[in-house]
Amino acid sequence: MEQITFAPTFAGWQRAARRALARGIAPEAVAWEELGDDQPSLGIFGEEADDSGVDVSAFRVPRSFVALAESVACHRDPRRWGLLYRALWRLTHGEPRLLDLAVDPDVHALEAMEKAVRREVHKMRAFVRFRAVAHEGAEWHVAWFEPEHHIVERNAPFFRDRFAGMRWSILTPDRCAHWDGEHLSITAGVPRSEAPSADAVEGLWRTYYGNIFNPARVKTRAMRKEMPKRYWKNLPETAIIPALLARAPVRVERMIAASDAQVVRPEEWELARPPAGADWDALRDAAHSCRACPLWHDATQTVFGEGPRPAGLMLLGEQPGDQEDRAGHAFVGPAGKLLDAALAEAGIERGGAYLTNVVKHFKWEPRGKRRMHRTPGEREARACRPWLEAELRIVQPRVVVCLGATAATAAFGPGVRVARDRGEFRPSPLAPHTLVTWHPSALLRAPDPDTQARQRAEFVADLRAALRRREETRAA
Amino acid sequence: MSKPDLAAKLEILADAAKYDASCASSGTTKRDARSGGIGSTTGAGICHSYTPDGRCVSLLKVLLTNYCVYDCLYCINRASSGVRRARFTPEEVVQLTLDFYRRNYIEGLFLSSGIIRSPDYTMEQVVRVARTLRVEHQFRGYIHLKTIPEASPELIEQAGRWADRISINVELPTPADLAQLAPEKNLARIDQSMQVIQARIAQGKAERAESPRAPAFAPAGQSTQMIVGATPSPDADVLARADQLYRQRKLKRVYYSAFSPIPDASRHLPLLAPPLVREHRLYQADWLLRFYGFSVGELTTPAAPDLRLDVDPKMAWALRHREHFPVDLNLAPRELLLRVPGLGVRNVDRILRVRRWHRLRLDDLLRLRVPMKKALPFVAVADHTPHRLEAAGALRLLAPPADQLDLFAPAPASVRSGEL
Repeated sequence: MEQITFAPTFAGWQRAARRALARGIAPEAVAWEELGDDQPSLGIFGEEADDSGVDVSAFRVPRSFVALAESVACHRDPRRWGLLYRALWRLTHGEPRLLDLAVDPDVHALEAMEKAVRREVHKMRAFVRFRAVAHEGAEWHVAWFEPEHHIVERNAPFFRDRFAGMRWSILTPDRCAHWDGEHLSITAGVPRSEAPSADAVEGLWRTYYGNIFNPARVKTRAMRKEMPKRYWKNLPETAIIPALLARAPVRVERMIAASDAQVVRPEEWELARPPAGADWDALRDAAHSCRACPLWHDATQTVFGEGPRPAGLMLLGEQPGDQEDRAGHAFVGPAGKLLDAALAEAGIERGGAYLTNVVKHFKWEPRGKRRMHRTPGEREARACRPWLEAELRIVQPRVVVCLGATAATAAFGPGVRVARDRGEFRPSPLAPHTLVTWHPSALLRAPDPDTQARQRAEFVADLRAALRRREETRAA
Repeated sequence: MSKPDLAAKLEILADAAKYDASCASSGTTKRDARSGGIGSTTGAGICHSYTPDGRCVSLLKVLLTNYCVYDCLYCINRASSGVRRARFTPEEVVQLTLDFYRRNYIEGLFLSSGIIRSPDYTMEQVVRVARTLRVEHQFRGYIHLKTIPEASPELIEQAGRWADRISINVELPTPADLAQLAPEKNLARIDQSMQVIQARIAQGKAERAESPRAPAFAPAGQSTQMIVGATPSPDADVLARADQLYRQRKLKRVYYSAFSPIPDASRHLPLLAPPLVREHRLYQADWLLRFYGFSVGELTTPAAPDLRLDVDPKMAWALRHREHFPVDLNLAPRELLLRVPGLGVRNVDRILRVRRWHRLRLDDLLRLRVPMKKALPFVAVADHTPHRLEAAGALRLLAPPADQLDLFAPAPASVRSGEL
């Protein structure tokens, strides 16, 4: 048995292997002894061995073997050197096609090592996280990474080419790579405490990570397969994974609860039952104790319709808002103010039309201290419908103007689209002349002034048309 | 109303973007920052993180704004949704991209947007972000822009000039589906835009073949996304559409996104667990179409227009075509090896290389990590020929439990129908 001492790098092994091969030493007869970093004769790349007089020209190996060996040399398993030498020996002693035999135990083992190194190189590119620090008056980006294999030198050019304009260091327990804007350098490993512990942008990054995650599709096995737990301690975003997972079922439940097709206990839902034959005042009083849907629970009061009875024109909104809910009257909030202005512009006195909503209770959810409007669903609309029908019987409008999608749906069913279908009179179960137009609060929410101006003009034009239609149908 | 700060905007606009499945950062030209600027692309994508939904995080995927004038029912950002709204300035997106990129969180940007004011106005804003990154900051990382079919050709031209990939989502497989759920969208117009982009990509490639200095046009090609499970269209329709897009429009990728419940969901949508298994089977079928020589007609049958959920589509095909099996791994041609359940493209190529020098045995298959339970009933090697009965027994073992993750089990059918 011959002991060969060599620097544990690809170049070091290559030299030693060439000499062993030239001397015809069989793989079984070699013990590969790595020189440690502390042995003074060697730097990281340093080689003192003398190659002169070694003739290896007689030995030809496929180029793919050199690439394979370069990669395998980065693996942490000390058996790799012997394995490489045995493959080299077999390639040069009658088995030139050895590497094609993926099922050969040696090739299989080497390929597995090569794959592990390739994967770790890739994972390092993925999982290095820089933190910006001030260093010598400039911004320096510093990362801490714990590679499973000796890949820092192998990967450093990738980071140089990508972040050439930055100054950066990647610190690891084995080796550190540094780029000062001009030169790449490799130094000895350092402890983790050398690396910075935080970066101001990490908060935003965690915000992004937490919100790009879809709680309705939890697949943690797939996550752990590609991002094994051993990397987690150096990734700023993984700290919030437990919280994300803990909250996922609740968030999904809330998603469902917030959808129109919500999961409800059937006993909470029924149709409102207006007293038969009641006049308007009796209806309004009865509506105040309506419990047909659960909205009464969180609302201040029922907001019933208002206006002349009978009336040729009815304006139908969606539901009372925050201010309407407190005041007990329809259209008194910001949207109501906008409506008033538009009505005035169209020449309609507010007292000249009957105003009401599809849903008579305020649907909302808390957001901070505010009560945030939530669009009522089909179920609330359906539960509340008998009140609207009772109002229609008493008011007898010839013209109904549906403000927004909820009212339009009450008239024409789910296929209706405000943007597409507004401005046209059609008969509906509500009235012989039914018109769809914008809801005033849609105008308030318009994304930009141009859109708002256009929608407002359309809104006023629609109201004017409704007024005309009321006059035209008066004679008939 | 108080203005949301950057973190609050990011919260809203990342949340709004998460229903887009695509995050690929691969297949573009090779670039790096050695001659200035920042960023590189090597051709292979990098996934910088993974979220607990098993999806990778490769790009900063955000919407410029989630205000939208369209009212597509499957979309959380539809005009009639009560979702919180926010809008980034182009500069904010540029800064966020650079800040994340410098810290190695991402490969680049995937920018999409709700439609505000007009398609052209919106597209102009989206293009401005990409142009600022490329021109002012010499950003060489990956950029994916979602384009709007109605935007003018000049803006699409610019989008392709600055982006690595551009995409238009077809969203739903048939015109009837679109009419039902996305009345403002039009399949013919989407296809027309895809055709324009396709021609422009081909032209860009040809120009670069003549002169490598010619500007690239979306060198990573175009992709699209289909939502699965929001309409009753069967897998046969989905795959036929995908196949048409791959063959006629030369798309790089078709993504399938299991429809998942969204906040403020429209009542016209099913309230079901996202069909994750179905989505997975569609991806497998998609792979079979592109890399395994299968045609659409082989994957589903008129009698069963949906892919089986209990076994993968290749296995399903093999079970329907037992006359082709067992396949002798030491003799069969590549096309037939590719049809063996459990054999992937990589292993098929390894088998072809190995068998020139060596007769394959069971031990070899183990070393190649062939899933034995799956493959053995269908293959013959030097020391193994499947027996009829053995095959039958193995096939029984292959069937996993039929139910997928039952997230919404308590919801009764009546909830979905909306009946009181």
